[in-house]
Amino acid sequence: MGQGQAAAVMPRMVQRHRLSTRLWHWLNAMLLYMLFTSGLGIFNAHPRLYWGQYGANFDHAWLEPGRFPGWITLPALYDLAMARHWHLTAAPVLLFSLLVYMFWSLGNGHIRRDLLFRRGELAPGHVWRDIQDHARLRFPTGEAALRYTVLQKGSYGAVIFLLLPVAILTGLAMSPGMNAAWPWLIDLFGGRQSARSIHFIAAFALAAFFLVHILMVLLAGPLNEVRSMLTGRYRVPEKRR
Amino acid sequence: MTRLLSRRALVLGGAAALAGCDRLARHETVRDALFSADNFHKWAQRGLMRPDALAHEFRPDQISPFFRANGTANPDTPAYRALWRSGFADWRLRVGGMVARPLSLSLAQLHAMPHREQITRHDCVEGWSAIGKWRGVPLSLILDAARMHGRARYVVLRCADDMGGGARYYESIDLIDAFHPQTILAFALNDRPLRVANGAPLRLRVERQLGYKHAKYLMAIEAVESLSGIGAGKGGYWEDRAGYDWYAGI
Ligand code: HEM
Ligand code: HEM
Repeated sequence: MGQGQAAAVMPRMVQRHRLSTRLWHWLNAMLLYMLFTSGLGIFNAHPRLYWGQYGANFDHAWLEPGRFPGWITLPALYDLAMARHWHLTAAPVLLFSLLVYMFWSLGNGHIRRDLLFRRGELAPGHVWRDIQDHARLRFPTGEAALRYTVLQKGSYGAVIFLLLPVAILTGLAMSPGMNAAWPWLIDLFGGRQSARSIHFIAAFALAAFFLVHILMVLLAGPLNEVRSMLTGRYRVPEKRR
Repeated sequence: MTRLLSRRALVLGGAAALAGCDRLARHETVRDALFSADNFHKWAQRGLMRPDALAHEFRPDQISPFFRANGTANPDTPAYRALWRSGFADWRLRVGGMVARPLSLSLAQLHAMPHREQITRHDCVEGWSAIGKWRGVPLSLILDAARMHGRARYVVLRCADDMGGGARYYESIDLIDAFHPQTILAFALNDRPLRVANGAPLRLRVERQLGYKHAKYLMAIEAVESLSGIGAGKGGYWEDRAGYDWYAGI
């Protein structure tokens, strides 16, 4: 988020999101959409998940959710080759854009200023208050609205530094070519079928984040929120009295 | 109300975007981009590994209790049935194409050559994996015995199974994989001769790629300079027929 430019008149408009954040956010959202839907298309080829090194029809599956319906898979009609083309085209773009975003955000202070917790923010009392505020849909106003809340920092940080890296690394760990190149990667996840299961769990954790994320955007005022992510400009909500 | 509307807009938008992606994929340039991702993965993976980097080999106690077979379960053509009935005594592997010394090898001759045994994981493009112990002749020995020309770039594997309409299964690999130490023509799985479902009498193992590259029911191997003119030119039956990636390292 940029520095708020003080303005005398209400409503106060500030530059909230940097160009790098906005570009990455929408590119990433589009890629995740392709990856999730094509991933479900791939999953439909063998809708069973296992733990360990191996797993096929005669082995014990820990999850058998059935096939995902066409309205949520890419392509809509079952086509494993096409789903893999989408998935494996989007995956490297996701990987490199995330790496660039991480380094860029380190350089321009986005991580330190906006994503890292500040002193005192993680105190149980503060976190509890933030949870209560979110549950009551009391979103921050005035100066406080210029920064992410603790829950926002926690969930955005988890997406950027945990869920996306885990999805990427387990995706690569499922590759027999990468297994020969980087044998440690598949060992890290306990075998290929474990990597596949963790990949699936990470994908659904991202989807769960997205549902809450989008709900919060809708509740917090979608126009102002989405404008701030598109153009950077954000109207600071008037301070509650 | 606006919230409801925007939520509905979101769901509709999502569905429309999927339909949009499907429509996009019909454009030539988009298709080309999507279909060339395997070039990127091949380039990246080959850049990250030594040409002879090995696939992991497992311990005997890690072998799958049952090795699932996939694809053709039995070629079941009259010619294959006849070979099977004679215990493959009349079967020959023809080695030809760009070689100085074409060969015709019987199963007994292959058994007499040096072997390699490896317990490896087989990853199907569908997502399942099975671990099995393979025994066979390194492909490099056969290509050397046939004295392959220096100009050859690929090895094409011709199979006995008729995939319908007279099209035979085939696959191809480049020389990096053909001369890889774990690339073998396997005649045994888990200490027994290959069962028909697993590709009797002989199949390819190319351990750094997905299952459809591991051609079963081998009848001939052929050294070639280019893949165009073979099948529909994409280098394999599923590559031609369904658009699977030729490089199946992921
Ligand atoms: C169409 C769907 C989406 C909309 C409308 C949307 C909207 C927004 C908005 C308005 C913000 C800024 C929040 C604020 O200023 O307080 C934001 C931030 C963020 N969103 Fe989304 N988002 C969408 C999809 C996604 C998806 C799919 C993901 C990933 C799973 C995601 C991850 C993030 C992250 C990580 C941030 C923080 C970025 C940073 O500051 O580095 N968003 N989103
Ligand atoms: C660099 C990033 C990624 C790579 C290399 C990658 C690779 C793969 C591969 C190879 C498969 C096929 C697994 C199989 O054989 O069944 C797969 C499946 C899948 N992918 Fe990804 N993927 C990546 C990122 C993602 C992301 C970010 C998501 C979620 C939004 C995702 C969601 C899925 C799903 C749902 C499946 C099918 C179920 C499963 O196998 O877990 N992938 N991915």
